[in-house]
Parts: sequence; C-alpha cells; structure tokens
Amino acid sequence: MAITQTFGGGVHPREIGNGKSATRSKQIVNAAAPAQVTIAMAQHGGAPAACCVKAGQTVNMGQVIGEAQGFISAPVHASVSGKVVAVTTCTLPSGKTAAAVVIENDFEDRWDESVCPCENVDALTPADIASIAGKCGVVGLGGAAFPTAVKLNTSKLEKPLDTLVVNGSECEPYLTSDHRLMVECADKIIDGILLARKAIGASRAVVGIENNKPDAVEAMKAAAKDGVEIVALPAKYPQGFEKMLIYALTGRRVPNGALPSAAQCAVLNVATCAALSDAVRLGRPIIDRVVTVSGRVAEPCNLRVRIGTSMLDVIDQAGGLTDGVRKLIVGGPMMGNTVPTLNFPVTKNCGGFLALGEEAISSQESACIRCGRCLRACPMGLMPSKIDLLVRKGNYDGAIAAGALNCMECGSCTYSCPAKRELTQSCRVAKAIAKSKKS
Amino acid sequence: MSKYVISSSPHLRDNVTTARIMQDVCIALLPAAAAGVLFFGYRSLVILALSIAAAVLSEHFYCKAAHQRSTIGDFSAVVTGMLLAMNLPSTVPYWMPVVGSIIAILLVKMIFGGIGQNFANPALAARAILSLSWASLMNTFATPAFGNLAGVDAVASATPIAAQNYTLAQLFLGNIPGTLGETCKLALLIGAAYLLWRRVISWHIPAAFIGTFAVCYLIGTGFDLGATLYQVLSGGLILGAFFMATDYSSSPATDKGKLVFGVGCGLLLFIFRFCKSTPAEWCSFAILLMNVVSPLIERVTGIKSFGEVKKNA
Repeated sequence: MAITQTFGGGVHPREIGNGKSATRSKQIVNAAAPAQVTIAMAQHGGAPAACCVKAGQTVNMGQVIGEAQGFISAPVHASVSGKVVAVTTCTLPSGKTAAAVVIENDFEDRWDESVCPCENVDALTPADIASIAGKCGVVGLGGAAFPTAVKLNTSKLEKPLDTLVVNGSECEPYLTSDHRLMVECADKIIDGILLARKAIGASRAVVGIENNKPDAVEAMKAAAKDGVEIVALPAKYPQGFEKMLIYALTGRRVPNGALPSAAQCAVLNVATCAALSDAVRLGRPIIDRVVTVSGRVAEPCNLRVRIGTSMLDVIDQAGGLTDGVRKLIVGGPMMGNTVPTLNFPVTKNCGGFLALGEEAISSQESACIRCGRCLRACPMGLMPSKIDLLVRKGNYDGAIAAGALNCMECGSCTYSCPAKRELTQSCRVAKAIAKSKKS
Repeated sequence: MSKYVISSSPHLRDNVTTARIMQDVCIALLPAAAAGVLFFGYRSLVILALSIAAAVLSEHFYCKAAHQRSTIGDFSAVVTGMLLAMNLPSTVPYWMPVVGSIIAILLVKMIFGGIGQNFANPALAARAILSLSWASLMNTFATPAFGNLAGVDAVASATPIAAQNYTLAQLFLGNIPGTLGETCKLALLIGAAYLLWRRVISWHIPAAFIGTFAVCYLIGTGFDLGATLYQVLSGGLILGAFFMATDYSSSPATDKGKLVFGVGCGLLLFIFRFCKSTPAEWCSFAILLMNVVSPLIERVTGIKSFGEVKKNA
C-alpha cells in the first residue's frame, strides 16, 4: 500500500510567541476538580442527549445524566459525584445554547456502580466493543466529537473496512495535548487502537504522527505491538484532517462528499483511542479530558480537566491571563472558535484553550491580487479566491459549482492570503446557504 | 460588549502582504535597473524616477478623485512605473515615461478596478501604446558605454535582433543596444532567481515561455543552438518571461493554466520573430495577446479537486 506521507497544498503556520514549545514538555497535570460543573447535553455530533436527572438528585461520578437520542448521539455522564442543583441551559463555545446539568461537587469522587472493569476483554466481540464505546459516551476527542460507536459499527457499510487510521499528527499550532498523551500514555493508546481495529474488523492499523514530535514517535514505536504501524509524517497543516491523513498513510483519496469508509478506512484520534481503552477495560465513561492551555497565560500547561469545568477555573490553574489578551480561542488557532468570555464549560471536544493577543488580530483586508497563494495552500484543490469573489457577488450557485462544498474549512487559504481576505469564511457562507436551500 | 475580539477562524495569518510582494518585485528589478544606468547613463535614472513618480501620483489622484482609500501603499504602482521605464529606450524624451505611466495606471489599471483587475499588464500595454504612437522615438537605441554615467550618444543603433552581430557574452552581460532594463540578462536572472526563491513567482510561466520559444526556434533553424541562444538572449524575452508575463492579474492563477499561458507566449513570440516582418521587438505583443485570453485559459484548464476520483479506483 502506497504511503505518500503527505498531501498537496497546506501551510506551515508560523507560531507566534512560543507556540507548541510553550507546552510540549509540560507533563499532563490533573486539574483540581471544581466545586461545580456545568455539563452540556450537546457535546457531540448528532442529536443532543436527553437529560435524565432532576434538580436535588444525588449523582455518582460516571452516572448517566443524559441519554443518547437516536443512532448518531452519545450519552453524557456526571464528571463528579454530588448533587444536581439545576437543570438549565448554557452557551457553548460555538455560540449555540444547549441544555445543561449543574452538579455541586461533594469532592468524594464516588464512582457509580455501573462503572466496573471488564473481566475478559479478549472475549468481547466487535459489536460488544462498539456498544461499550456508545454506552461510555466515547466521541472523537480531536475536535469533531463524532460518536465513536457509530464509526466502530461497520454493519451498515457496503465495503468492509481494512484500515484503521489513527491521528496523532496534532497539526494545529500551540496544541500539545495529544502529543503529551502519546508520550505519557502510549500503552493505553495502543491498547485502544487494537480494540478499535478489532471492532471494525480491519487488518491494518497505522498511526500518523508529525515529525515535529520525535519523542511521541519514539514512545509510540516502543509501545506498538501486534502489527500497529507508527509513521512519522512531515509537519504540515492540515496533516491531521481525515482526508489528508488517509491519503498520506494509504495513498487513497476519499471522494468528494464521501466519508472515510468510502476509502475503506476509519479514522480515530489518539485521545479517542485512549478513552476507548478506558471505556472497555475499566468501564470508565468520558468524564475528563486533556486540555492545552496556552498563549498569554501565566503558566502554559496541559491539564486533565473534568468535563463541565468552567474555563474560569481552568485559567486559574494556569496562573490566570497575562497582559495584552485580545482573543479567547477554544481549540487551535487555525480552526478554533472565539468566545466573548471565560465563563463556559469544558466539553468533550475542547482540546485546547488559547489566549492570544495582537498576533491574532488581522489587518484590514484589501483587493485580491490573484497571486494564487490560496490555490497552492488549499489541500482540497479548490480556488478559494474564485469562491470568495462569487460569494461576495451573491452568486452562491456559482460558488457551489466551484466546489465550495468540498471545503473543509481548514483555514489554509485565509492564512496564506497576502491581501488578508476572509476566504475560508466565504466558503462557510456558501456551505451554509447550500444547507439552508436543501432543507 | 465583551472586550475580546470575536472573529471567524483562522486566527493566525502569514506575514506576507501585498506590499511585501510588490517590494520584492522592486528589489528583484533593482540589479537590472542599475545595469541600465551603468550602460546607458544618467538618463536611465531620470526616466526610472519620472516613470515611478508619475505612476504613483496618478494612482493616488485617481483614488482621491474616486473617493477611495489611496492604494499607493501596496507598492504595485512602483512596480508598474519601474517596469515601464525598463521597457523604454534611454533616449526617449522625458515626457515619455510620464505619459506612459499615466496611460498604464489610469487607462489599463485603475479604470478596470485597480490592482488584481487589470486585463493586461499595465506597463506592457503602455509600452505598446507608446510604440505605436511614437514609433521612431521608441525605436531609437543608444550604443551602450559601460560606466559612462554622463550619458551616451543618442544615435540610432540597431538592436541585436535586427543586427545579429553581437557575441553571446555581450548579449548576456547587456553591452548591447536595447531598452534600458532589458539588456543585462545577468542582472535580470539574478532578480528572477530572487523572485523564485521568495516564491513571488513560480517557474511555470517563464519555463514554458522560454522553453517553448527555444524549442520552436531550434526546430525552425534546423537545430542551430547558437542562433537559438542568440534569440533567447535578445530583446525583451528574459525581462518579459520573468517579470511581465508573470503579472498576477493578467495571467492564469492555476499551474496548468500558467503552463498553457507560457506555451502560448512562446509560440506567438516564435511566430513573430521567425517570420520577422519588421525588426520591432514583439515580446510585449506576444504577452499582451496572451493576457487577453488568460481568463479563458484559466476557465478551460480548470483545476482538479482533491476528491475528484472514480469510485473504487
């Protein structure tokens, strides 16, 4: 099978300030559990979970507080033990409002009785593994938060999957949570990979890691067993995007509009694999995750944070914000969302939090000079400048015909534009209009 | 209102700007401009200065008249002014670069929408208009005298294309009659290498342009390598291929389109020069003709997206 190791286009985002080096050698620290958590019912792709607890009720750590609704959904669990003080709503970093359960922590960390280790992991069938992933609320921790159980359930696929592609590339600048996880928990990740490979019935499992993390490559190679391949890939954004990663590791192209299964692959993030291992072996649902806190904070760090912790509490543990913060970003600087306040709860897909200053403020845009840098940067082979002009003229059909729907919103075009035009945003507009027309 | 900025991703930007790209082009043109001054004297410097000043001022006043933010800060007018001057003989009267720059900026660039919107290379279009309007002035070339800054006699001197009696070394170093910026190939190639290194231009257009022309000329002359090299190093081909045909606005943005565009330029120049009906320099006309079909080339050649594959290929 051809390994191209990379893809056409892409950019090398410059890391202003310390970037990844601020946290790449910072060991993951367990953040102190907060006095109160606000757990959103919608923190995964698909239908939000339905709240199944009432105010005043006592809950245990790992107890289901929101039940999955439908096939593409995931349950939500209590991340602390204590008392439900309110069933309310909260604003997510995306700007959307979601139902949420507020739990007052009793600091006993009392596990729910449903959380018990599996006695014979080897006896589990592929379907068992997928069902445990579903029960434990495992979702893609790389950012999209797609329910893992749906990916692992291969019964409805036309073609069987033959390759499990594991994403350890962490191509977003600044973020190092996956990097640290690979260095510190390589065995657990490999275990999760083997479980996932079994679940999807694939013969091959291959992990792609950008070569700017040699210690992670080494740790993963040392831990690899049973034919799991570890491949060092050139550091280039967006190496960690599903389609780019599949192409780099298998030489296959996922057709436009199709899912990775069309290339007979399933893609999981390394953090998701670790969570899968915990779910299957220990019966532990996702109640915490590693978050890189970096940028203009006193002590940039990698924290293991309980789901539902307010970012205010998280920032306190990173020593607070320093001077000159202009933007608060949830996620990485290339794809993350800006938020107006620190008062939002950590969700399952929150891999990083950045406080950036003037370096994240773009200068005023000017006319397109047709230099073609966006074309060269686009990993999907689109013409962002053309789509941008069509969208600004209101010619959405033209923009869609120019391939706007294939845009993955990686931001490489906007990053590389010398005229500082919001090219990615134009693609988003075209996609949103197309979606609204369809429904 | 939050004191934090809310915006869509990405939040990081490359530090490349339009102004920096244009400044790079100016830097790349400097060696050849300096060579022009060294070979043709102080007049070259005056022409360069007048041309740049007229280009920048016309853009500024156009913007003011149109109630727009002045765009002279992007340095593109400086590039146009420099390129136009380098396309003029050192013997032209001083009003010529001024008129040329005004034509280039107002007629070819600004009224079509300014930077990125001009359908043809402004400097080349202006040169073409000047050539057709004042043919004799535009075809009077001085005999170069290296280091004679006081200026050289404005005697009509035949260009290498017409005369065919210069050595390849003379052609390469620029010790030949011609427009003030096109003669020194060494300086032009140094500038071109800088542009390629800075990734301001890609290899596609120059390689396709010069390559096509050279191959056609080789075949046309029965594989006469000397004659072909003579042609490649004569006239405005090197200046045109690296600095004029690569103008972003008037050439295709796609790699495939650039190749087609370059091949077209090379073919046209070959036809013009090989069939030489007049001794005039046709390089600018070859590029201008291709400028006009550039949008068509871009549309027809298109671009292939990453996921355009046959199912189960």
